[in-house]
Amino acid sequence: MENVILYSGIALAVIMAVSLYRTVVGPTILDRLMGVNAIGSETTVLLIIIGILYRKVDMFIDIALAYALLNFIAVLAAARYFHKKKGLYDENENKDR
Amino acid sequence: MIVLTVIVGLLMAVGLFIFLTAAVGMIRFPDFYSRLHPAGMIDCMGVLLTMGGLALFALFDGGISLASFLNFAKIVLIVVFIYITSPTATHAIIDAGMRAGLQPWTKKKDM
Repeated sequence: MENVILYSGIALAVIMAVSLYRTVVGPTILDRLMGVNAIGSETTVLLIIIGILYRKVDMFIDIALAYALLNFIAVLAAARYFHKKKGLYDENENKDR
Repeated sequence: MIVLTVIVGLLMAVGLFIFLTAAVGMIRFPDFYSRLHPAGMIDCMGVLLTMGGLALFALFDGGISLASFLNFAKIVLIVVFIYITSPTATHAIIDAGMRAGLQPWTKKKDM
């Protein structure tokens, strides 16, 4: 039974690497923000998988809850920070269209 | 015991499939706004299915007791929390994008 959860945890880690690509490459800053948001919620799932594997579920559930909270606040703060800032994407990319 | 393995395995498999399709969607979609759709899928369906499988496993593993029921309730609360906050976060990102003037991608523009 444990190895079902173990293999799904490994698969989740690989999928997080795939969505890391968008965070690294993403042309605009908002793409990176979206990639970090996606990785954040995948990490919450991964934390609980690790909790089950280490047989300390109740400790890791609290960690995952705190992580989900922080992920939400971080994305909100970053979105609010880029509200007015002009350097969000390179202006000339959209001007010529 | 076998039934638990099958159910949890099935839930995790479908959840991971949704994570995979969302990750591929985030890479292939043409524009920031269209990429937000698969990113939203991760936060909703993917988390619901995978956490549902883990919650069932936490509940039924080693017999149902108060402790395992508390674990189950906490995992359900995490899913409810993610269901409330992730659309808000996506909305905040879109708001920042629209205010900064990022134009959505349209097909005829590229022709």
